[in-house]
Amino acid sequence: MGLELYLDLFSPPCRAVYIFAKKNNIPFDFKAVELFKDSILGTKGPDTKSPEGATQAGPGTKITLTKKVPVLKDEAFSLADSTAILLYLSRKYKTPDHWYPSDIQKRAKVDEYLSWHQGNIRVQAPQTVWIKVLIPLFTGQPFSSDKLQRVMGEMAVSLRQFEEQFLQDQPFLVGREISLADLVAVVELMQPVAAGCDIFEGRPRLTQWRKRVEEAIGKEVFLQAHELILNIHKLSTIQIDPRLKEQVAPTLLKMLQ
Amino acid sequence: MALELYLDLFSQPCRAVYIFAKANGIPFVFKEVALIQGQHKTEEYGKVNPMKKVPALKDGDFTLSESNAILRYLARKFKTPDHWYPSDLQKCARVDEYLSWQHTNTRKCNSKLYTAKALLPLLLGQPAPPERLEQLMKELNEILDLLEDKFLQDRAFVAGSDISLADLLAVVDFMQPLGAGYDVFEGRPKLAAWRSRVQQAVGKELFEEAHRELFRERDWKFDRLSPEEKEQLTQNMLKYVQ
Repeated sequence: MGLELYLDLFSPPCRAVYIFAKKNNIPFDFKAVELFKDSILGTKGPDTKSPEGATQAGPGTKITLTKKVPVLKDEAFSLADSTAILLYLSRKYKTPDHWYPSDIQKRAKVDEYLSWHQGNIRVQAPQTVWIKVLIPLFTGQPFSSDKLQRVMGEMAVSLRQFEEQFLQDQPFLVGREISLADLVAVVELMQPVAAGCDIFEGRPRLTQWRKRVEEAIGKEVFLQAHELILNIHKLSTIQIDPRLKEQVAPTLLKMLQ
Repeated sequence: MALELYLDLFSQPCRAVYIFAKANGIPFVFKEVALIQGQHKTEEYGKVNPMKKVPALKDGDFTLSESNAILRYLARKFKTPDHWYPSDLQKCARVDEYLSWQHTNTRKCNSKLYTAKALLPLLLGQPAPPERLEQLMKELNEILDLLEDKFLQDRAFVAGSDISLADLLAVVDFMQPLGAGYDVFEGRPKLAAWRSRVQQAVGKELFEEAHRELFRERDWKFDRLSPEEKEQLTQNMLKYVQ
């Protein structure tokens, strides 16, 4: 059966896993998951319980918009967290040392970043897409500029910490070469870019870092991974069943509060 | 220079680091950072951890924050027994999975519960209204379901038949509401049994020692606030726990 990766490239953690596997020539079966169709209709999706959300939703059961991706399936073994998946792949396929350095202090710095990222950028960056694109799509209401301003303010604080505490004057987050930390960071920071909030603008150090990361990954793979999210405006032409809109709208409106 | 661990044992992740170091005989200097006195906000502490949070580690010139990172670093540096952070790829992945999920899920939930059960009643002069806590209780139940059905299943511990970093972080986290007299495992015998196993694996004496700070009576100094400040704080807390 081989390695299966259940991914929706709309989601930043999925892009990190995708890029890592591609860059390291890890053979895998790409199992496409379309978050909106599947979480709402409960049609497709890996047969596992996501730590980040409810159990597999079937048609008519509880509607969840929480993430059920990425998921890894390696024969009978399944894993549903992007950090765990990245670490597992790096170990199993013995990827080049710089991704997760064997030097224990450098490795600790990667762990530290990955942990901090989850409580900060991982929480804030996707909200830009929700507020500017998805919620208006489902509710038919114009986006909330107040809420967007608040999130951008929170992001500004995180980005300052990112530059001053983590990146500082290094080429990459942990020293001279790209690591899992840079990968996880860059894919997340593309989310606001896709929503039309270019957080790189006015931040030259961050912009330079992004360039280096893209180059280290390989521009082609990077673009391939981001094609979907960068064409997000096409979502507005998606036909969403009005009954589903009705069901989902209250949850989304609550998110805005 | 000896390893320094900057801790406030009121904080869940600090207890995990403390217990891990003690249980493995790792020599360290305990540097107390009293959160209730705002010691984490000082400039001096900022030199150790610019994020101004606990726990933090200082090993010579090397500083490190984030309990997930600290625990793994200690396990590697001091070559602790394999079961804490297994070399078996799949077992290790189970630990990674839990470590990743817990600090933005269970941590927040248990901290909110502590606030709801210990702090709000102090400010309100009565228990917090149950309708306000409805969403929080729902969140708690979802988390407990996941802990039982996904992370533990029919295993004795998260990664298998032995305790690991995952169980340690989990157990200290779910102790937090107990500090407010609220046992989240009431009515969940499987989880209560797991908790006993973890306590035993760690050592009951060490476990109790680590939790003394949580159960100590704390002076929150709410009576020193003006009525307006108190009202503002109450409103903030009510919002936080929802």
